[in-house]
Amino acid sequence: MTADTATAPTAAGVVWPALRWAVARDLKLALRSRGELGVQLLFYVIVVSLFPLSTSPERNLLATMGPGVLWVAALLASLLSLPRLFAGDHADGTLEQIALSPYPLVALVSGKILAHWLTTGLPVAVLAPLLSLQYAMDGESVAVLTAALLLGTPILSLLGAIGAALTLGLRASGSLLALLVLPLYVPVLIFGAGAVDAVRAGLGASANLSLLGAGLLVAIVAAPFAAAAAVRIALD
Amino acid sequence: MLEAQKLAARRGFANLFTGLSFRVEAGEALVVTGANGTGKTTLLRMLAGLSAPADGEIRWNGRPAAPFDPALRAALAFAGHLPALKDELTAEENLASLVALEGEAAGRESVRDALDNVALSRQRTLPARVLSQGQRRRIGLARMTLLPRPLWILDEPVTALDAAGAELLARIVAGHLAKGGLAVAATHAPLGLPAARVRPLTLG
Amino acid sequence: MALNWFKYASPASFYPVAGRMIPWFAWLAAILAAAGLYVGLVVAPTDFQQGDAYRIIFIHVPAAWMSMFLYVVMAGWSALALGFNTRLSAMMAQAIAPTGALMTFIALWSGAFWGRPTWGTYWAWDARMTSELILLFLYLGVMALRGAIDDPRRADRACGVLALTGVVNIPIIYFSVQWWNSLHQGSSVSLTKAPAMAAIMLTGMLIMSLAAWFYAIAASLARVRIIMVERERGAAWVSELPEVRNA
Repeated sequence: MTADTATAPTAAGVVWPALRWAVARDLKLALRSRGELGVQLLFYVIVVSLFPLSTSPERNLLATMGPGVLWVAALLASLLSLPRLFAGDHADGTLEQIALSPYPLVALVSGKILAHWLTTGLPVAVLAPLLSLQYAMDGESVAVLTAALLLGTPILSLLGAIGAALTLGLRASGSLLALLVLPLYVPVLIFGAGAVDAVRAGLGASANLSLLGAGLLVAIVAAPFAAAAAVRIALD
Repeated sequence: MLEAQKLAARRGFANLFTGLSFRVEAGEALVVTGANGTGKTTLLRMLAGLSAPADGEIRWNGRPAAPFDPALRAALAFAGHLPALKDELTAEENLASLVALEGEAAGRESVRDALDNVALSRQRTLPARVLSQGQRRRIGLARMTLLPRPLWILDEPVTALDAAGAELLARIVAGHLAKGGLAVAATHAPLGLPAARVRPLTLG
Repeated sequence: MALNWFKYASPASFYPVAGRMIPWFAWLAAILAAAGLYVGLVVAPTDFQQGDAYRIIFIHVPAAWMSMFLYVVMAGWSALALGFNTRLSAMMAQAIAPTGALMTFIALWSGAFWGRPTWGTYWAWDARMTSELILLFLYLGVMALRGAIDDPRRADRACGVLALTGVVNIPIIYFSVQWWNSLHQGSSVSLTKAPAMAAIMLTGMLIMSLAAWFYAIAASLARVRIIMVERERGAAWVSELPEVRNA
């Protein structure tokens, strides 16, 4: 073996293996800590169930509140699960190895975010139809809400990843993360919950869902770069 | 060839070290010693490209290497303070995962052979959670043997290793040097490398 | 703030320059504020619809404009700091954040006091006020992140990434809140929508905005000097400063 540099893999051939490595490993780790995931989903269910107890079980009120409550609970569930994205790897030294890998960090980070959404946002969206039974929402509202959650929860994971990387290893990182990330979540909340309102007002949800979709595309393209930069800053 | 020119590091308002220059050629090992807090880990992380130096330049094969330089990353195998193992994965799975992360395609057989070579055959399918510190360190050693990288950077590699483990470490690193590789290691205890290949550097 | 900083890109050479600039901007701010308040409180006519209570817009609107402008400036300095790795650019971004937060706070309070006599409520969830509130959280987030990170260089870069993420999201947030507001409230409850803005009122607001801008410059320069001395306190030039030697 000589001391020459090993040939760096070509750009096209590294993104897919990097994504695959990150998604496969993070999913495997999540499945082995199923209990932790279950608890986070249970938190989501409990929060949703608490709101009617604080107001009134009157059906019209519940139906009006429903989409908003489910969305806020989805935001909180996302916040609760975000530390899992990088903190575990940071604590055992794996994040350093990820940053030093010849694979592009942006691709590895994107894979981790995708795995995070599959284990957090996707279950939230899938549970929504069941939970909206508690809020006396009609079928069309439920369908629109679920579609909005499917489009919006990935945005929550993508934006949240930036906050999670910026707050790695800091004191009170959980509350700090909430302060940093919740303002960024506001547009997702507005358009996501607003989709159901629009349908009920007879305006159709296509505008809201298109805006969410556009936001998702922009987030997919831009957020991993910011998150990767933040990871490198945290390792400095 | 790894070269450092006038490297400086700060911690808070004090300088850890300034004006540090050295050169490591193929087949040589830079062994960094010094009391606690003198900047050994800081230096190694700078050389690996994780931190930017406060001053000075690092060159790999003649070309300047900024933090996270791709050419340096592709040539590097870094073993930090922590063994980078996931508690939920078995020894075998951890090793395979770490090697795949470096873009090396190591089949199941080579992973098992590597674990056999570090005397972890019986612990292959145990989750890392139940392994001792020394055993976790050995997985890190096995990882180094599976990565054909010219530059090895090892932070306190003897930590938690028993006598047999330390001897294994010395053998593996010496073999790497004999094949023309370079190594940089920070250590408190002697590594047992052939003196002819060692360039000592003391900080503080 | 659009001067060529490269000549003064080191804290050591910028410190005395900033010190000389502060009194100029402070005095200009005071004079303009006096003029603006004169226009707003004395010269401008009583409004047909809102009486004299509307006069608070001479505080509210300049503060709101400044709060948004300062966030963009802070993001600009952050971009310079990340792109060129310069300490002084990062220190300027660090210095601007508290003044920006103060402007946002003033905008929110003055907006509440305008809302009370005009619409009978301190808070009406209109688009601009809600966006201002979120902007306050964005400022506080940058300041909280700065406070949570011990290493100044890591804090510079982390706050830089956060400020740039924020500045990109501000138009999106504003657009979403305005969309939400128009759907639910119609255009009747818009605090800054004055049907016919007399020219003199606009003049008054512009003068006050300039005053706020010069105040912000003076305050940021004063703060950046403190930051420089604190962060560079091991350096020779700091220990040779008269105020440090005689302290």
